[in-house]
Amino acid sequence: MRPFKYSTAPDPATAIGLVSANPTAKYLGGGTNLVDLMKEDVMRPAELVDVSRLKYAKIEKKGSGVSIGATATNAFTANDDLIRENYPLLAMAILAGASAQIRNMATNGGNLNQRTRCSYFYDVNMPCNKREPGTGCGALHGVNKNHAIFGWSEKCVATYPSDMAVALAALNAVVQVEGVNNTKRSIPFADFHRLPGDHPELDNNLKQGEFITSIDLPANKFAEKSYYLKIRERSSYAFALVSVAAALVTDGNKIKEVRIALGGVAHKPWRASVAEQWLIGKHATEANFKAAAAAELKNAQPLQHNKYKVALAAKAIIRALEGAMQGGAYGTMEADSTSKN
Amino acid sequence: MSETGKPISRIDGRMKVSGKATYSAEFNQPNMAYAFPVRATIAKGKIASIDDAVAQKEPGVIAVISYKNALKLTPLDMQAQMKAGAGFLGENLPPLQDDIVHYPGQFIAVIVAETYEQGRAAAYKLKVRYTVEKGAVDLKTELPNSKKPKMFMGEEAQVNEGQAAAPLAAASQKVDHTYSTPAEHHHPMEPHATVAVWEGPNKLTLYDATQGVGLTSSIAAYFLGLKAENVNVIAPFVGGGFGSKGLWLHTLLVAMAAKAASRPVKLALTRQMMQTNVGHRAATIQRVALGTDAAGKLSVVRHHTDTYNNLTQFFEPSGKQSLVLYQAPLREVTYNVAQLNRSTPTFMRAPGETPGTFALESAMDEMAYQLKMDPIEFRIKNHTTKDPMKGHDFSSEFLVDCYRIGAERFGWSSRSMQPRQKRNGKYLVGYGMATATYPGGRSAASVKVHMNSKGDVTVMTASIDIGTGTYTVLAQTAADALGVPVDRIDVKIGDSSLPPAPLAGGSQTTASIHPAALEACMLLRKELAALAIADPASKLNGRKPEEIGYADGKLFVKGDDQKADTYLNILSRAKRSEIEACATTLPVSGAGLTVPSALCTPSQTPPEQNSDTKQYAFHSFGAQFAEVWVDEDFGTIRVKRFTSVQDVGRIMNEKTARSQIIGGVIFGIGAALMEATEYDKRWGNPVTRTLADYHVPVHLDVPPIDVHFIGKPDPHISPIGARGIGEIGITGVSAAIANAVFNATGKRLRDLPLTPEKFFDV
Repeated sequence: MRPFKYSTAPDPATAIGLVSANPTAKYLGGGTNLVDLMKEDVMRPAELVDVSRLKYAKIEKKGSGVSIGATATNAFTANDDLIRENYPLLAMAILAGASAQIRNMATNGGNLNQRTRCSYFYDVNMPCNKREPGTGCGALHGVNKNHAIFGWSEKCVATYPSDMAVALAALNAVVQVEGVNNTKRSIPFADFHRLPGDHPELDNNLKQGEFITSIDLPANKFAEKSYYLKIRERSSYAFALVSVAAALVTDGNKIKEVRIALGGVAHKPWRASVAEQWLIGKHATEANFKAAAAAELKNAQPLQHNKYKVALAAKAIIRALEGAMQGGAYGTMEADSTSKN
Repeated sequence: MSETGKPISRIDGRMKVSGKATYSAEFNQPNMAYAFPVRATIAKGKIASIDDAVAQKEPGVIAVISYKNALKLTPLDMQAQMKAGAGFLGENLPPLQDDIVHYPGQFIAVIVAETYEQGRAAAYKLKVRYTVEKGAVDLKTELPNSKKPKMFMGEEAQVNEGQAAAPLAAASQKVDHTYSTPAEHHHPMEPHATVAVWEGPNKLTLYDATQGVGLTSSIAAYFLGLKAENVNVIAPFVGGGFGSKGLWLHTLLVAMAAKAASRPVKLALTRQMMQTNVGHRAATIQRVALGTDAAGKLSVVRHHTDTYNNLTQFFEPSGKQSLVLYQAPLREVTYNVAQLNRSTPTFMRAPGETPGTFALESAMDEMAYQLKMDPIEFRIKNHTTKDPMKGHDFSSEFLVDCYRIGAERFGWSSRSMQPRQKRNGKYLVGYGMATATYPGGRSAASVKVHMNSKGDVTVMTASIDIGTGTYTVLAQTAADALGVPVDRIDVKIGDSSLPPAPLAGGSQTTASIHPAALEACMLLRKELAALAIADPASKLNGRKPEEIGYADGKLFVKGDDQKADTYLNILSRAKRSEIEACATTLPVSGAGLTVPSALCTPSQTPPEQNSDTKQYAFHSFGAQFAEVWVDEDFGTIRVKRFTSVQDVGRIMNEKTARSQIIGGVIFGIGAALMEATEYDKRWGNPVTRTLADYHVPVHLDVPPIDVHFIGKPDPHISPIGARGIGEIGITGVSAAIANAVFNATGKRLRDLPLTPEKFFDV
């Protein structure tokens, strides 16, 4: 990789000051994605400010919800009692991602900042508007089996790779951000990541130097009926072809609240709001789940190699909703880990 | 034989798990520099210019080497190379000799720097401009321009071309389908790496991750213009090869870099480079047609393969098993080979049989279903005990036993012939089986055995342990052949200065080196016996050699073991501090005779036991059984259990042999369900560049695997009776799985790997 300056910031203000002042500087959390990208010469930060030792690793009650620290690791978060009891959907999603080794290193803030795994983005000899604006999208007419079916543009058809973020989208999380001079702002999760549009080089709406301090989860009643379903090519350590975070609140069999977010289908976690709206007030039946999924997928725009994702996502939405209705108990119906049977 | 066959743990296992086993990248040298290759970014064309002004000035840069200033290598010349034992350069492209680009990712320059990262950083700064030509990058597009090669590895490539049409037209039952398999990569755990140390102007040491130290020495010597004995190749431990660790260009590059820098240099490939620069299994499109009479007797087998190559004579020989399995009066096996601007295809675990058994054994399953016959009964009905092409008897063949024992162990009888009959919750459950086969090769080999005055034994041969258990099984053979415990035996391999042995490829190491080890031990005992017989102080004095037996570190008079003399006493009285013997075994087939000058005492094995390929056909066989669970909504397939019954001759170590088969089956599960290298159809670059994109099975994908060995020694391959075992485990696996998927779902998937989207395409 190219030479870079490395420092560990003693406190957040120093870190934010350093990265705000240098447009080529980046925060370093667990490094599980950024360091890979540097080795591949995809990202070339001239300065890394290591924030992994900053005191933002707590998971604690905040108001009626829970706040998870940005520098807490994914593994720590998934195994935290507050999360497991109140937001099992998040725990399930995190544990569906990466490998145990990576989850032990990766931070929550880093998870939201990871880059797409599109192979045209990763190969510096290929065109990629996200890596090098103006060079074109290699995947648009290339190998795009793993790419987006929603919300893509001619400039970029990449998907966002995180599992954790899909659950956070379903849970209406709020990203707490701190900038230079102690300026703070709250970003609703739906507004955190971006669709590619004309600027695929921007994955999210953070400004240079803005630092994620925590991710806040509002209180909800989904814990009893939520489920994360991930369809992938092998049983673990693979990115989702399609994933679904589903959560329900029912009155008898009548759906009072429902959240559905899809992973592996767009440049950001995709809230299936068409399906959600369709289901509100209806009964939780397979037929209704099917109709809701169909309504959502009607708007899909598949590429040459990912037409299968349309059918797959519809089936996955149904199964995830069923899983949520059955209490989302781990292992009862994981499509991709049959060894438990 | 008391040690041979025992499931003892690897004698080098402790070193491996404690980090004490030294792999090639770990042979750090004083004053060592690092080489980092620069690779072409186009599929075809010429280098118009290379500007190294910036790169040269980068921190730590020692040299920038390209075709403009590279050491001139001996040009390609197949006849001269074969004569020098240097025939198998991975790709026929001595590096940095000209400005031509043949495929994306070709090495076009190398940076030598003080550190690895400095080398890599400077590599980004090399400015290369190309004159781009239109490359041939897609198999289907190039098929109209493909050629029909006449020969493959000395055998006729096109067999009975055009002759299957008539019997197929006359057949009562016919299946005729196209099966395809993707490009695949070996991806051994240990990446390729070489440390080059020039010991003088004409003397080189290479610490190289290779499957053959002798092979690497001969090839490197040829291209560098050195004598083979002056290129010492050392590889005590190799972390897997699967066919990818022949001699590839980085090994020459690092020798060139070390010469230019006048320093030892290390070159370790990145995982991304392993996706291009060390070979791969080419994609195949195979059309298989079978014809039978009304009773299910095969009348004809036709197997045509479309594939590609580049910079090699090799092409994926996926019709091989169709010349060996089943009785059929006529078989037609043909190939079309296109040339692509893609990195060079090469041998990969069971080259030919891995994709080939997928096609043939899927077709057999389709025909059995059409005939409403049980797939095992269909195979038994068409079983052959002779090589159907050559007419020779198989040297030793228990395939029908494999089917029957496998069916029993697996519980095949509970399978329903009709698909979609078995469910478990959301899952459709199916059973499938397929035949496994791989040739039983054996080559010439030499082994030296040394004993010191304390009775410690060293077994030496230029063989290699690529993770297979070579160290361990050699110690077991020597322990039995000398009557000493395994823990008194040290095995030295992985050094080209040792007596020559074949490369660890083609499943031939065990079959080749053990007869030589046995022979060398026998010579050592003979010499000890001669000393004792001649010694008046010995209880064996004056006896005839044939009267003398051995056990427990001593010689004795057969039938009167009180008349004994220990090895130590014999040596001590003879005032010998050591004794050694070296034997060369030469199979009748003549395989592997490249360096006659290095021969030791030639063995006198009777032809009947010495791999006479004019009398017998040497093949291993097996039967593979899979149970799959399919989630039809998602197209996800899980192999829930697997049974593999193998007829591979004598088993030298039940534990390492089992591991080999388990590894082969896992490799086969990968090929069946997930492994595929995809290439962009515009530019020809691989888009599955890392192990995040190129999926291999994780633990959860691997079910319990039941392995059973027939274990009957092959009486004709060697006095030991062991055939190789490295490759057969993968053969038939993907067909067994695809056949099980059909049994589960009624969907016949003919395009590997069976990733979820394939379900939605059907």
